[in-house]
Amino acid sequence: MRRGGQVWAWFWMILGIVYFFLPLVATFLFSLRAKLGVLSFVAYQNVLSDPDFVYSFSASVLWAVLTMVVGILIFVPTAYVIRLRLPQFRTPVEFITLLPFVIPAIVYVFSLVRTFSRPPLLIVDSPALLVAAYTVLSMPYMYSAVDTGLRAIDVRTLTEAAQSLGAGWGTILFRIILPSIRVAILSGTFLSFAIVMGEYILAQYLVKPAFAPYMAYLIQQKAYEPAALAVVSFALTWASMGIIQLFGRGAPGRAQVAGGH
Amino acid sequence: MPFFLFALLFLLYPASILGARSFQDTKTHAFTFKYVVQLLHDPYLLGAYWISIKISLLTAVGGGVFGFLLAFSAIRGGLPRFVRSSLMTFCGVASNFAGVPLAFAFIALLSPSGELTRWLTSVGFNPYYHGFTLYTFWGLSMVYLYFQFPLMVLIIAPAIDGLRREWLEAAENLGASSFQYWRYVAFPILLPAILGTMILLFGNSFGAFATAQALTGGQINLVTIVIGSELRGDILGDPGLGYALALGMVVVMALAIVGRTILQRKSERWLR
Repeated sequence: MRRGGQVWAWFWMILGIVYFFLPLVATFLFSLRAKLGVLSFVAYQNVLSDPDFVYSFSASVLWAVLTMVVGILIFVPTAYVIRLRLPQFRTPVEFITLLPFVIPAIVYVFSLVRTFSRPPLLIVDSPALLVAAYTVLSMPYMYSAVDTGLRAIDVRTLTEAAQSLGAGWGTILFRIILPSIRVAILSGTFLSFAIVMGEYILAQYLVKPAFAPYMAYLIQQKAYEPAALAVVSFALTWASMGIIQLFGRGAPGRAQVAGGH
Repeated sequence: MPFFLFALLFLLYPASILGARSFQDTKTHAFTFKYVVQLLHDPYLLGAYWISIKISLLTAVGGGVFGFLLAFSAIRGGLPRFVRSSLMTFCGVASNFAGVPLAFAFIALLSPSGELTRWLTSVGFNPYYHGFTLYTFWGLSMVYLYFQFPLMVLIIAPAIDGLRREWLEAAENLGASSFQYWRYVAFPILLPAILGTMILLFGNSFGAFATAQALTGGQINLVTIVIGSELRGDILGDPGLGYALALGMVVVMALAIVGRTILQRKSERWLR
């Protein structure tokens, strides 16, 4: 590329860096201003020692872990059976797993609340509904991660070898298949973990404690504490993306497109 | 199979309720088009769609152009190699950094007491004296761009990688100028991929709710915000209208996905 092109390349890159970092730097500075006149970490102390923070944060971690477990329990056997026995179901199943991209989260929670708040399906208050909804939300990432993992191993040979040694289906799935695709599905599970940790809409409208609704509430109450929380939450995003990049050969385009915006 | 049971109960059945009740009279349960007709004649609700579509178009095109320039600069701009990998990492983080914390990051930057506002005021230019506010259309667009352009970079990068060096060399050997190479070779090949990704960005911001809600406290009249208030307090008077409103969003999103799929097929002809 010619000289002029390189100058422009640097120009766009610097503009991008400024756009990326300005809000973060501002948030960090803002979070240090809780004490008048000096920069301090008072806001962080206030937030981290707030029992509501601990409560909502650990609730989010619990939802995220449950979502990961439920997701693995549902999607690993499904993708496995489809690959091995029922290839004719591949298209409908893939269509279903991509549906959450078509239904915005707010529309989804709207239909959930309206569906499950009248008998005979009065389960709108149940924590199980929230976990199920999170599982649906993370389905596109989880399913494609599992499917990519299965593509990389020889499912048929592994299954036949295990069967001829007398293994049952449970043993095959959870002691042979799951460990072999462990690394491949890590990116999917961590992405779903990150989605659940930052998710606002579902928890807010299904009225369950979670990190993002707590933060939204704090924005209306206080000035500096939410800034500290935003920094914490950014660090979390960074950490989970780092883990994904470390394990998953993070295929470009696998980025989140329908999460908690 | 447990998967189908799960999908049926928690995804397909609730979604079908949405479709069914949009065409069902709330009181008599008879089939009706009245909610759809009502929706199309309600200036408030149509206005909500219009603002949502405007903001999505603006941030899809703006984020798309900026994201493309960034990705192209990093890949073909003759920059050092590490620039590209760090750009990809940053974009992975930024496209996932959305919702409530993102809204607050911009409040800390550009609200009346934000850091940048204070600095600008100290050098004699308070943007709030010049018609700027963070909490309306343009402010929200700025915030949306923060997760839009990184997504563009992530998705368009493989397409740019697919532009073969040989094509540029062939064009140069045939005596093409740089402009001609772009006009007749590179741009036509990349166009379906660029447009397809922009459609994805459109859907991305069309369905966005948390960022707008946390930033404006529900003061901006987006479709998602109206659905949110309807869910909290039945503001529309008739639940049927709420269903039709939500169904309309799904229709727009489905159209967007169909458009993207068509464009994706086109772009795969050259880029693989």
